[in-house]
Amino acid sequence: MPERSDGVSISVTVNGRRHQAEIEARLLLVDFIRENLNLTGTHIGCDTSFCGACTVLLNGSSVKSCTVLAVHAAGGEVTTVEGLAKDGELHPIQQAFKDHYALQCGYCTPGLLMSTCHLLARNPNPTEKDIRKAIAGNCCRCTGYQNIYDAIADAAARVSAARAAGTHGGRAAASAEAR
Amino acid sequence: MTEEQKTVAKSPGSNRWVGQSVARKEEARLLRGQGKFVDDYRLQGTLHVKFVRSAYAHARIASIDVEQARNAPGVAVVLTGAEVAKLVQPFIEIGPDPGGKILDYPMAVDKVHFQGEPVAAVVAESIEAAEDAAELARVDYESLPAVVDAEEALTDGSVLHPSSGTNLVWQGEFEYGDVDGAFSKAAHVIEIDRLHFHRFSSTPLENNVVIAQWDASDNQIYFWCNNSFPAFAIQFLSPALGVGIDQIHFQSHDIGGSFGIKITNYPYMAVCALASRACGGRPVKWVETRTEHMTASAHGNERTFRDTRVALDGDGVITAIESRHIDDCGAYPRYEPLGCIIWAQVLPGAYRVQNMRIHFSQAVTNKCPVGPNRGYSRMQHLWFLERVIDICGHRLGIPADEMRLRNYIKSSEMPYTTPNGCVYDSGDYAAMQRIAKDLIGWDEWQSKIAEARRQGRLIGIGIGTTLDSGTNNFGQSQIINPRAPYSGQSEGANVKLDIYGEIVVSIGSVPQGQGHETTAAQVVADVLNVHPDMVKVRPGFDTDRNVHTGHSGTYASQFAVTGLSAVHGAAAKLKSELSRLASFALGANEDDLEFGVGTQGPEVKDNKSGKSINYWGLANLVNVNNAGLPPDLDVTLNCRYVYRAPFKVPDIQRKYGNLTLTYAAQLHIAVIEIDRETYIPKILGYVAVDDCGRVVNPAIVRGQVFGATAHGIGAALYEDCRYDEAGNLLASTFSDYIPITALNMPRIRYGHLESPSPFSYNGAKGMGEGGAAPVHTVCAALQDALWSSGVIVKDSHNTADSVFRALSTLGLDRGQGLGARD
Repeated sequence: MPERSDGVSISVTVNGRRHQAEIEARLLLVDFIRENLNLTGTHIGCDTSFCGACTVLLNGSSVKSCTVLAVHAAGGEVTTVEGLAKDGELHPIQQAFKDHYALQCGYCTPGLLMSTCHLLARNPNPTEKDIRKAIAGNCCRCTGYQNIYDAIADAAARVSAARAAGTHGGRAAASAEAR
Repeated sequence: MTEEQKTVAKSPGSNRWVGQSVARKEEARLLRGQGKFVDDYRLQGTLHVKFVRSAYAHARIASIDVEQARNAPGVAVVLTGAEVAKLVQPFIEIGPDPGGKILDYPMAVDKVHFQGEPVAAVVAESIEAAEDAAELARVDYESLPAVVDAEEALTDGSVLHPSSGTNLVWQGEFEYGDVDGAFSKAAHVIEIDRLHFHRFSSTPLENNVVIAQWDASDNQIYFWCNNSFPAFAIQFLSPALGVGIDQIHFQSHDIGGSFGIKITNYPYMAVCALASRACGGRPVKWVETRTEHMTASAHGNERTFRDTRVALDGDGVITAIESRHIDDCGAYPRYEPLGCIIWAQVLPGAYRVQNMRIHFSQAVTNKCPVGPNRGYSRMQHLWFLERVIDICGHRLGIPADEMRLRNYIKSSEMPYTTPNGCVYDSGDYAAMQRIAKDLIGWDEWQSKIAEARRQGRLIGIGIGTTLDSGTNNFGQSQIINPRAPYSGQSEGANVKLDIYGEIVVSIGSVPQGQGHETTAAQVVADVLNVHPDMVKVRPGFDTDRNVHTGHSGTYASQFAVTGLSAVHGAAAKLKSELSRLASFALGANEDDLEFGVGTQGPEVKDNKSGKSINYWGLANLVNVNNAGLPPDLDVTLNCRYVYRAPFKVPDIQRKYGNLTLTYAAQLHIAVIEIDRETYIPKILGYVAVDDCGRVVNPAIVRGQVFGATAHGIGAALYEDCRYDEAGNLLASTFSDYIPITALNMPRIRYGHLESPSPFSYNGAKGMGEGGAAPVHTVCAALQDALWSSGVIVKDSHNTADSVFRALSTLGLDRGQGLGARD
């Protein structure tokens, strides 16, 4: 029988809120987010970091939370899909996905939104090739990706506009900037 | 949505919302991470299941020792297959003997029949504890010869199920017209020894998930599960678990895709229910891992086509086809052998051929059981027909477009009765081909391809014509088994005014991304002349809403017909009740009433007096303020309607009758180049033209076309559930299976034709499955690219590796100058 691991104390800021928790060292970040914090917008689709349904931002970078230990996030900042909308208002990336019918069942969507945050923080004007590379690790089984390409291109324009105007969306994407 | 679209419709009887790209209602929660998938449910006291699974494809279970697992920390109960077998009846078999004699229990009892088959279930306080304990289970297997090929299975060298005594599940002869006469008069007879449609799965991104709670106090079983055909699942579970069907409660909310694959997850539902009962009624949850999903949920049907002979006249018109088709259903039939008849919905495909003789058989093999994957059973047959058309066209030197035009059923012949009695409702395949050729630039490509070939490049253009038959007649099950108690097709819906006048819709369908909430709201909005935002559609499926029928579910391309007809019928009933009630309340003549929206929301107005009453007032009169309501004003404002498709039971002896109500069509064209260095096939251009009758929501239809196209391209070029000779699945993770990604999914140019169905109230046709058009199309383009090299595309799955091997076998590998023959 495998050794049961000892408890570890961690402190993580998730969507701007600080959480202190005693966890098993083997706990995955995705399970910490879903089970300990009950933030169920982050999904699990493959367990092998292929599909990207579990993508979140960790210290501004997109990571696949099914292959990151929760202890790796200790002292860090995590943003999940629940952290995108502000005062009930959709983030411009979410709005672009809506307007372009870029989701069907919605299971992959949270991961795609987070990968898009990561992309746009680093590359405000991505080409379609950039977009495809940025979401190569996000598998969608419903849409055939085409509406997603269009949504992300449109989201880039919206985020740039929000940044220029200092409105919602400019700031959240900025939190994904590389450190 | 534009401002103009947001304006509330005022004119009575308008058709303002149906036909528009109304924004999806589902987005409000899904974009915020607030979707409610089964794994998101948090029930107090939940236990977790880990299955112990067979590493062998075919073996006898010599011994199984779960004592250590039982004593491990946090373990509540461990159930072995043999223990479960004592608690249940084997699942119903749909087919007659010999397949009907197969014993299918929720877990393996004394033998395992495929890699990944569960042999024990460990139930513990946490999934980690269950996983730790599952590693302590000791199972000794005596391995048996694995049968991974259906044709070999039919020799019965190694029999999977001793209870049946043979690997044959079902067989039948489908003969129509004068086949021998057509061959004797044929100008050309073309023979194709073997074609093979491979095994793949649309692999929904959300795996199977079950939460079960068997409440001993009242003997009720509650399921929260992502099964996509629950009305069917509960009909299997009720006799197996020995409870009345009214004691089984099933609820789903959001489902992360199914594509038919989740229809057959009921064995896992049974195990979770039994585990819950064994643990005093605590909820028991099972969340499938991706590897479990790949190995032991369901795959699509694999099919081999043997000894095909095609008779043609001097113009290349096909006059007869005869062939032998062998379907591989994996280790247990489950939804099968329905696939042995479903293909006959599209017996001649888009073509006028009158004389056909097909011997169809199905075998069990030591592979994952199949499930009705998107395009179910028809796509295999349509792929076969498209290969026949292309191979014959190439042989006779008739171009692919012309070959099809000579053989297509003409729009003037619609509705068209096929040789086996199916009625194609409408369509114009030649017009679709014209649209597709314009979009791809057919003529330009012809000259570009000719030039490229002169340079030694391997490049081809191909057409795929496919049908998406929708709203199936379950009477076809009686062709498989005359005692099958199923026929027709139905769906139920309820539209009501709730106590405060809210318009609330419940449907028996089980959406997994198809936007049912949105399209249902569009239909109701048109009936009541309100805005779709004013219509609340309950997400998901719930037996306790009491709207479903025995056919309820989301499968077989039918919601636009069955679901929306049910919603329309229920809304019309409600409108009629509202009209009577308002006539009483306003003292008005019903003929003077107008439905619409006033300053206080949805209302009914008397055009004569100008007085109106809003929905709150009407609901109030019936529900909470009903003193003085005349006894003969018998309204509930809670209206259920069941839509029944107009079907008869087919003629079982002749295998003749209408098997589906609507026939949507897809016509695709692809241009593909095979890289001369790497042999990787690359799509240079792709067009998809769709005809699904009247379109309810163009953006949703377009999304379905793109999605189905991605599945088909993925299947044709990447995705393959291949087994080795010992029955080991070679793609048990996504990293091995490689579902299509943004790196290899090309942009699709989309075209559209609208041939309304005369058989649905709204002219719509179901269209979600898409008929796997890209599998036909990609193969056609590859065939065009490879024909002059002497390669015949005989498999539905083609990769750089298989193209390389095909060319090497012909001595045409790179060293010997590939393409030199051009």
